[in-house]
Amino acid sequence: MTMSIDYDKQISSVVKEMPPSAIRRFFDLANEMKGNVISLSIGEPDFVTPWRVREAGIFSLEDGNTHYSPNRGYMEVREAISSYMNRRLHLQYDAKDQILVTVGGSEGLDLVARALINPGDEVIIIEPCFVAYRATVTFSHGVPVVIETKEKDDFKLLPEDLENAITDKTKYIILAYPGNPTGATMNREELARIRDVLLKHPDIVVVSDELYTELTYTEEGPCSIASFPELYDRTIIINGFSKSFAMTGWRIGFVCGPAALVSQMTKIHQYCLMCAPTTAQYAIIEAALNGDKDVDEMKKEYNMRRRVIVNGLREAGLHCFEPTGAFYAFPNITSVGLSSNEFCERFLMEKRVAIVPGAAFGQCGEGYVRISYAASMENIVEAMRRLKDFIGEVKEGKNTNA
Amino acid sequence: MLNRIELLQLIEHNARLSVAEMAVMLGDSEEAVAAMLEELKSENIILGYTTMINWEKTERESVTAMIEVRVTPQRNQGFDQLAKQLYRYSQISSCYLMSGGFDFMIIIEDSTLREVASFISEKIAPLDGVVSTTTHFILKKYKSNGILFDSKPIDDREAVIL
Repeated sequence: MTMSIDYDKQISSVVKEMPPSAIRRFFDLANEMKGNVISLSIGEPDFVTPWRVREAGIFSLEDGNTHYSPNRGYMEVREAISSYMNRRLHLQYDAKDQILVTVGGSEGLDLVARALINPGDEVIIIEPCFVAYRATVTFSHGVPVVIETKEKDDFKLLPEDLENAITDKTKYIILAYPGNPTGATMNREELARIRDVLLKHPDIVVVSDELYTELTYTEEGPCSIASFPELYDRTIIINGFSKSFAMTGWRIGFVCGPAALVSQMTKIHQYCLMCAPTTAQYAIIEAALNGDKDVDEMKKEYNMRRRVIVNGLREAGLHCFEPTGAFYAFPNITSVGLSSNEFCERFLMEKRVAIVPGAAFGQCGEGYVRISYAASMENIVEAMRRLKDFIGEVKEGKNTNA
Repeated sequence: MLNRIELLQLIEHNARLSVAEMAVMLGDSEEAVAAMLEELKSENIILGYTTMINWEKTERESVTAMIEVRVTPQRNQGFDQLAKQLYRYSQISSCYLMSGGFDFMIIIEDSTLREVASFISEKIAPLDGVVSTTTHFILKKYKSNGILFDSKPIDDREAVIL
């Protein structure tokens, strides 16, 4: 008999204790039914990367560019990013030492956690939010401190909630507007009130996840908290091309921020990853320099779908605050009388439409569901029709299970 | 505020949308959309609504030819009079004045090669002012008006991505 190693004992406790997703059952169910359902459950664009960008990647391979790049990314790539940030968001970052090209926005989140957290440090997370925030902090032995945002406040962060969450252990706060899963945004005036709180606590770093910033549908457009001069040196922006240029599979992103922090993050990146994929780096030069029109076209399409979906949700009888960014709607389903998990499971089984239970994004996401409009207009219209039927049937108490 | 370019781009891609659907997509009232559509029609900006059809997949025989036509423009009338003599034929589906080595590009759709050929030799070539024609038959249509003829979109994304 061979002795087998007991990995239960060997696995790091921080990894072992990471709870499984709150919607694991739903995950399994949705996977089983993949291909036979309308999916409004996907947090990535349905568009394919614009051809000009794909072509630039292909050309770089034909040209034999298959080696490592400098750790920070090719200078040409960082210059293109610098120009992009200046042109689109009016922010100045020096290509030399303020920009690091990463493996997607996700790597940026991990790097910042590893660069800033000493065990026991607190990180403020604003829920409902993307699932990786809590995980990256925990893996780095930090302590996530959750602020729950409310539908009545349009899921915006309130300055008093921030003030109350700050302790002398607070290391940084993760801001994500426009946000997944709510589609909420914060404008300059609202961010200014957050700035005022932060000015009273000069040691707190701001991590601003701006992956969805291009997809802001308000008239005044996106605003980064880094655009306040007092916070420029305290903010690290996590950005990338995954959402705006439909490049999720390329795994390419970047961070912009103060040189002192970016250089420490580069140290981790250098030992763990060497560099971001070079084919993707060449592709984003084209995206960053010549892709504005492609982004604007996709944004226009998302915006139309957004209006159709919000209209459809309200016609189906759900209360839905107006999402002004990203590609998600986050309607309130409490009037239907089901938990978010039950709602999504039954909707999937009975009407063959996949959407995501709000509980996946933190406790305060319960009572809501996330509906992605990164899907074709035909599918959105059909899904809204089925949703209206579904809600009618649930409310009548009909049991349509076979 | 309703933007007429946005409205036009929307119906250019899908003319079957109802006024109610367009109003939701553009974030304006049905009345405003309906009024603007009327205005665009009366200004001859919206000229008609057509359907993209892949005739090759049907039992109907059809050939398309693009013909370069060189002409001598007529005194006082320039190219317009000649253009009129060309586009009056119902077989001619498109007629453009071109820059470069020839003058008109006309597109003819008919049921057989023979019909197209005889139409050109009997009707187009003998026209006063027509100097020469060069006919190109379309062998296969891949893409027209932004629409691919033979491609089904595939969605290979994961079932759930958070």
